[in-house]
Amino acid sequence: MPKYIEMPKLSDTMTEGTLVKWLKKEGDPVAMDESIAEVETDKATMEMQSFDEGILHRILVKEGEAVPLGATLAILLEDGEAPPADGDLPAAKAVAPAAASPAPAEQPASVSAASVTPEAATPASTERVKASPLAKKIARETGVDLTAVSGSGPGGRIIKKDVLAAPTGGAGTAPKAKPAPVALEDRRIPLTGMRRVIAQRLLESKTTIPHFYLHIEVDAAPLMTARQQLNAEAEATGGTKLTVNDFVLRAAVKAAQAVPAVNASFDGDAIIQYGDIHLSVAVAVEQGLVTPVIRGAQHLDLTGLSLAMKSLADKARNKRLTPDEMQGGTITVSNLGAYGIDFFDAIINPPQSMILAVGAIVKKPVVNERDEIVPGLRMNIGLSGDHRVVDGAVGAEYLAALRKYLEQPVLLLL
Amino acid sequence: MSQYDLIVIGGGPAGYVGAIRAAQLGKKVACIENDRAGGTCLNWGCIPTKALLKNAELYATLKEKAGDFGLSFDNLSYDWSKVIGRSRKVADKLAGGIEFLFKKNKVDYLRGTGALAGTGKVTVTAADGTVATHEAKHVLLATGCRARDLPFLKFDGKRVLGAREAMLMPEQPRELLIIGAGAIGVEFAYFYNAYGTRVTIVEMMDHLLPVEDTEISQALEKSFKKQGIQFHLATKTTAAQVTEAGVELTVEPVKGGAPVTLKGDACLVAVGVGAILPGGTEKLELTERGFVKTNDRYQTNLPGVSAAGDLIGPPWLAHVASFEAIHAVESMFDPQHKSKKVEIFPGCTYCHPEVASIGLTERACKEKGIAYKVGKFPFQASGRALAAAEPEGFVKLIYGEQYGELLGAHIIGAEATELIAEMGLAITLEATHEELENTIHAHPTLSEAIHEATSDAFGHAIHI
Repeated sequence: MPKYIEMPKLSDTMTEGTLVKWLKKEGDPVAMDESIAEVETDKATMEMQSFDEGILHRILVKEGEAVPLGATLAILLEDGEAPPADGDLPAAKAVAPAAASPAPAEQPASVSAASVTPEAATPASTERVKASPLAKKIARETGVDLTAVSGSGPGGRIIKKDVLAAPTGGAGTAPKAKPAPVALEDRRIPLTGMRRVIAQRLLESKTTIPHFYLHIEVDAAPLMTARQQLNAEAEATGGTKLTVNDFVLRAAVKAAQAVPAVNASFDGDAIIQYGDIHLSVAVAVEQGLVTPVIRGAQHLDLTGLSLAMKSLADKARNKRLTPDEMQGGTITVSNLGAYGIDFFDAIINPPQSMILAVGAIVKKPVVNERDEIVPGLRMNIGLSGDHRVVDGAVGAEYLAALRKYLEQPVLLLL
Repeated sequence: MSQYDLIVIGGGPAGYVGAIRAAQLGKKVACIENDRAGGTCLNWGCIPTKALLKNAELYATLKEKAGDFGLSFDNLSYDWSKVIGRSRKVADKLAGGIEFLFKKNKVDYLRGTGALAGTGKVTVTAADGTVATHEAKHVLLATGCRARDLPFLKFDGKRVLGAREAMLMPEQPRELLIIGAGAIGVEFAYFYNAYGTRVTIVEMMDHLLPVEDTEISQALEKSFKKQGIQFHLATKTTAAQVTEAGVELTVEPVKGGAPVTLKGDACLVAVGVGAILPGGTEKLELTERGFVKTNDRYQTNLPGVSAAGDLIGPPWLAHVASFEAIHAVESMFDPQHKSKKVEIFPGCTYCHPEVASIGLTERACKEKGIAYKVGKFPFQASGRALAAAEPEGFVKLIYGEQYGELLGAHIIGAEATELIAEMGLAITLEATHEELENTIHAHPTLSEAIHEATSDAFGHAIHI
């Protein structure tokens, strides 16, 4: 009896899933509980396990295709079992809810084995790449394209650390310019689950939340000095090296403890004032943006925050975040400093009522207390507030506290 | 006064290698040495002790296993002075070899004691007291370390010994006490025990060779017990009395307990080493433990002065020192050079059975929270080991759980120190178990144990 592998429900709010990548080929044996494909839901990319064992007879959904829950993805046969006639496919189950089918659907039944060409997502390349066995293995499993990675090993050989540092998405380093295609046609790009969530949530935020914007410019010189000292010590003792963002996160948390009114949500006929500070941090990834959450951030010191942030960012880039790690934030920090942005305004991440927009540290002329023009290190921070919850004065109070902590970084060590 | 591109102070495995490397780069180089070219390693460490240990192993094989091999003879005896003498001859021959290498590479070999005398200046004080001053654009400090003694047990060269004296004993002691069960303590314990000296080791930590994987230490303890070597682990030495007749140590368990008195003709103190700093007016910045502080490019706090080898801190190994010196010199003359600090290095102990390791121990994996798999293979199941009458020991390999990369290799048994090279290459090349398994290992060889241990980690060893 052939078994039909269907699109599983991998999260509570999932209505459809995108088949990102097949981990098995037609003809491969499949064990029970073995991962057979990567599936992107509205929240995350996860591995899908098989509930049966057998031989993967036929793949019905192409990589990159979005299908509704319950749609048949592949057929599994027992060893030696005759394949079913094409007409026997449980086509009924594959019918999508009529309205909610955004992807230009190719009918699964028409997909033949030959057309299942793993195109965009495949890291394997015919070009010979000089890479260590471990680097190749990690690249294969995390979806890093080795042809786009430059190696730091002998003779430019790609080693483990190069692959780990390489963007699986756009985060971290600037995306490499791809040679332009010969024919400059318009393309219709189906939305990924993540892109759809970003579109829907930010439209809702910008149209239903009365945003207002405040900006301050802080003196970043003390922070840079403190960071340099702490990192020199970390280097000597093998401790954790801190980024500028780690200091910003810590200051954001301390300031929220000082002005708890910003750590709140608008809830119809009431305001929910949160006890804990769960810090959402915007991380750029391959096809968009995720905001993993550092829970109970007020309990973490500078090093703790730094480690938590690194771990979440790594997971985000390797698509290993669990839905839990992306929910329940109460304040968001978005930092585009590394991208050379001096200042910007961010859109609130609902149901939160405040987001910080952190710019780059810039060397520029400043007027000191003796009215002289001297070079200074400055950082611009924007606050976007939900005026239903946070008034301008409260926002200003919060930014004043933030300034205090950033300009006296020794307080962040408490 | 002469002018140099580089003056190296110290002619050991860091100094002579650094000097020759700079000469290869076309630089004018001098190397200052106040004892013998080759440093501790060649004259008072690695090499002469290996000569002694070969003697010991040969003697022990004839004494213990001759019958198994069908050999018989009467009155097997040895001449102690020749045992020591052969070791010195080997060292002399190699020291001469270094002087030849200096000539071949046009390195000026300056005999005397080097000292820093201000930026770009180095003085050399010869044995007769004459002082010469030289100028150098760069200075490489490679003065090494010397054995540390204990506050209540000062080296006297006769009863209280460092490794250097222990390899020159004019007469074989009947009873030898050894404080410290690192490589030096353990090697001398094996050597003297093989010749019939009654040896007792005192070690503060819980195991012999405490830095090794615990299972390896335990296997060595079992073997040493069988060989008749006494040892007191987790035991500290609290007092000592040195007389004409010998040494008396008071030792007690680290965790507390009744003190015990141990007696011997002599006591080898092998508890560690301390940096030998060059003389001079310059103030070198040191680490908390008294070693010279260097940055990623092996530069000290003094302009134009770099350092490499034992004096910049552990691990105190000749092969690490040479590696550091090459990177220090290349960093000096090539601003583009990507300098490397030592991270992964093999450690070898040449007692019998030999112990060799590289990379992480199982203990370290647990501490770091790394998910791992262990594969083991006993030499008892190796055809080659049985044919050589060396069934003792095993190979233990640690692989990463997720990607199957080699994290650590730990070998105890005959030729362990030769077998470890393959494991170093595997780690440097970031090999995974697949490359190890896909490499055909010749049959019959001891190296098959590595192949089998790898398969064992992934559940498909054939021969166990």
